Amino acid sequence: MTNSAFYVRKEMLPQSPPPAREAGAIKWARENLFSSPLNAILTLAGVFSVLWLFWEFTPWFWRSVWHANTLAECRDIITAAYGEGVTGACWAVIKERWPQYLFGFYPSDLYWRPVLAFILMFVALAPILFTSVPRKMLWFTMSYPALAFWLLWGGSIWIPVVAMAGFAIGYLAAKVALPVGGAIGATILAIVAPVVWWVVLAGAVADLLDQILPIAIEGVRSREFGGFILAFTIGVTGIVASLPLGILLALGRQSDMFLVHKFAVGFIEFIRGVPLITLLFTASLLLNYFLPPGTDFDIILRVIIMVTLFAAAYIAEVIRGGLAALPKGQYEAADSLGLDYWKATRLIIMPQALKISIPGIVSTFIGLFKDTTLVVFVGLLDPLKGITDAVRATTDWKGIYWEPYIFVGSIFFLICFGMSRYSMYLERKLKTDHR
Amino acid sequence: MKKSVLFGALAATTMLAGAAAAQGTTTLDTVKARGELNCGVNTGLVGFAAPDANGNWQGFDVALCKAVAAAVLGDASKVVYVPTTSADRFETLTSGKIDLLVRNSTWTFSRDNDLKMDFVGVNYYDGQGFMVRKDLGVSSAKELNGATICIQTGTTTELNLADYFKANNMTYTAVTIETNAEGEQQYIAGACDAYTTDASGLAATRAAFADPENHIILPEIISKEPLGPAVRHGDNQWGDIVRWTLNALIAAEEYGITSANIDELAASSQNPEVKRLLGSSDDLGAMMGLDKEWAKRAIKASGNYGEIFEATIGSATPIGLARGLNAQWTQGGLLYTPPFR
Repeated sequence: MTNSAFYVRKEMLPQSPPPAREAGAIKWARENLFSSPLNAILTLAGVFSVLWLFWEFTPWFWRSVWHANTLAECRDIITAAYGEGVTGACWAVIKERWPQYLFGFYPSDLYWRPVLAFILMFVALAPILFTSVPRKMLWFTMSYPALAFWLLWGGSIWIPVVAMAGFAIGYLAAKVALPVGGAIGATILAIVAPVVWWVVLAGAVADLLDQILPIAIEGVRSREFGGFILAFTIGVTGIVASLPLGILLALGRQSDMFLVHKFAVGFIEFIRGVPLITLLFTASLLLNYFLPPGTDFDIILRVIIMVTLFAAAYIAEVIRGGLAALPKGQYEAADSLGLDYWKATRLIIMPQALKISIPGIVSTFIGLFKDTTLVVFVGLLDPLKGITDAVRATTDWKGIYWEPYIFVGSIFFLICFGMSRYSMYLERKLKTDHR
Repeated sequence: MKKSVLFGALAATTMLAGAAAAQGTTTLDTVKARGELNCGVNTGLVGFAAPDANGNWQGFDVALCKAVAAAVLGDASKVVYVPTTSADRFETLTSGKIDLLVRNSTWTFSRDNDLKMDFVGVNYYDGQGFMVRKDLGVSSAKELNGATICIQTGTTTELNLADYFKANNMTYTAVTIETNAEGEQQYIAGACDAYTTDASGLAATRAAFADPENHIILPEIISKEPLGPAVRHGDNQWGDIVRWTLNALIAAEEYGITSANIDELAASSQNPEVKRLLGSSDDLGAMMGLDKEWAKRAIKASGNYGEIFEATIGSATPIGLARGLNAQWTQGGLLYTPPFR
């Protein structure tokens, strides 16, 4: 007998699949959804609520009406199609009031101007957001604020031009003063020269230029702004202006210079300690008591200043976190290379600190953009509540509630989600460590 | 560094503006120099003030703004409508941002005296009421003991409600809401048994329901809410202009002057009061710094009081308010203007 030992198997058994409970979707569900009785209950409850929401809302969305002139007409259409007592979404209100949601009371024949400014905004942002875009484009980016201002508000072209010239003057003054007065002298002159320009000379120069070469387009006043054009104007300006301001504040807070340090700390703590609404009320109402009667200090400008200062304080703290996360060796390495303070900050410290701070900075930006809806409390027509209340106050649309909120909410979601995704892209791109 | 620039610019703007501003001028001069009337209105209240799809403001309160602009500036379209919220309306007026507040604001003692405003008249006599669902089986506010009531915070209605229930020895649970739209939503969702606000607001709300027939407005009116235009304290000439513009609209209805027949009456009426009002005789306007035909223009802007009422909130509109207290004194209402002489 060759096979004397019966217990030795000669051929391999075919591989059998793993038990059903240990593979595929079932395994995943067992591990993630039903790993304990409590989890099982929570899972069921979750599934049930999602289904219930769908069950409740899908028919409502399904019965949407897009073409009607009044809420009553919407209701009639739904009743005619689906029977008595059935409810449905009435998006016709968005369709009818679409221009108002986008532009507020902006003159309708000038809609192309904010639209153009909006498109150019992306052109101006491209070289900042994506390094693959030619660097020469940065010149357009730098002149964009003046261009956007001119397109949105109109009027003489010389006002934005002269205002922008202030920055150039500050830069030139610093260049000239650097060899003579050193870094401190140059910094001081870079602040004083533009202020003198704006306060003393700018108005007269603008008038003069206007007489020599009058170039002007039809002016639009701030009270005609509303809806998303208002949210974008305030949001984008606030975002763009608050980042440099926040960086300076963060550096100021780290500074050894007594005055600079105390000023930065005082400013940041004060602004962060006060609700944004308080600042807005101050800007809109309290200032009027101090300004002489008849002063026309633009309300949108006031709001932008307040929103910018508010966001800058938060950005400063976010960036301080980034600065604190840098190893001390980086500062010492910069010093050992012989770089002065501004060069070390610009070339070594800030690129790393900003990279660390990206999530926090973008969070602040998103918060700022959403906070633009708070301007409704100072009588500006923000898209969420200002325009919606105005729409609801007409006899045609009184009684409509969810549709405007859902619409405006989705637009805000799209924009904020976009910002969030971009920040994640940026983080991935700048990821150089191997954590 | 940037910061200092900003503050510098801010301070400088302030000083420059200060130097440029004229001193000690009356509101009338300011408005005439500006060429526009800054009129504070509601951010949106059905029938009283709301912008249409083209951004043109319309409504009962808006019509008064137009009338004042027509009287003072000669053009009813020269109005800048400044939307004000219930939180900032009085500050906006006292701080000088607007010349005139026509925002369905209740004339009360403390507002008139403590807040340094002058209410110059009443353009709508309102009162607080209750709305309940029909199937609640309630037919009087006295039966609302223990009810849950939706109420807007920060308004006189909140205080009135507390007073009323206390006086009648009843209790209630308040569901506080921020705006009218929210209140409707809470009420429809069944979060409260009754919804209370000014009767005009209740009527407008009910009219917008999908099933108005299932809701009733209780007969009790628990408060006096005289809504009227307000101006800043201290400029009596401007207050007089607004007061008498409103009176002119009321008088026009009393004397049968409408936007249709006003030109004809101005030319041929033999009634001395009508002649004085329309500037065909005497010169009443000069007494308050205006020209002869100020009242004629004010009435032409949107018609007399009755025409404005019918076009914006009257029985022909979806809101469908009856004249009630807002009828002429000759019709049993409270509208009674002092004579024009």
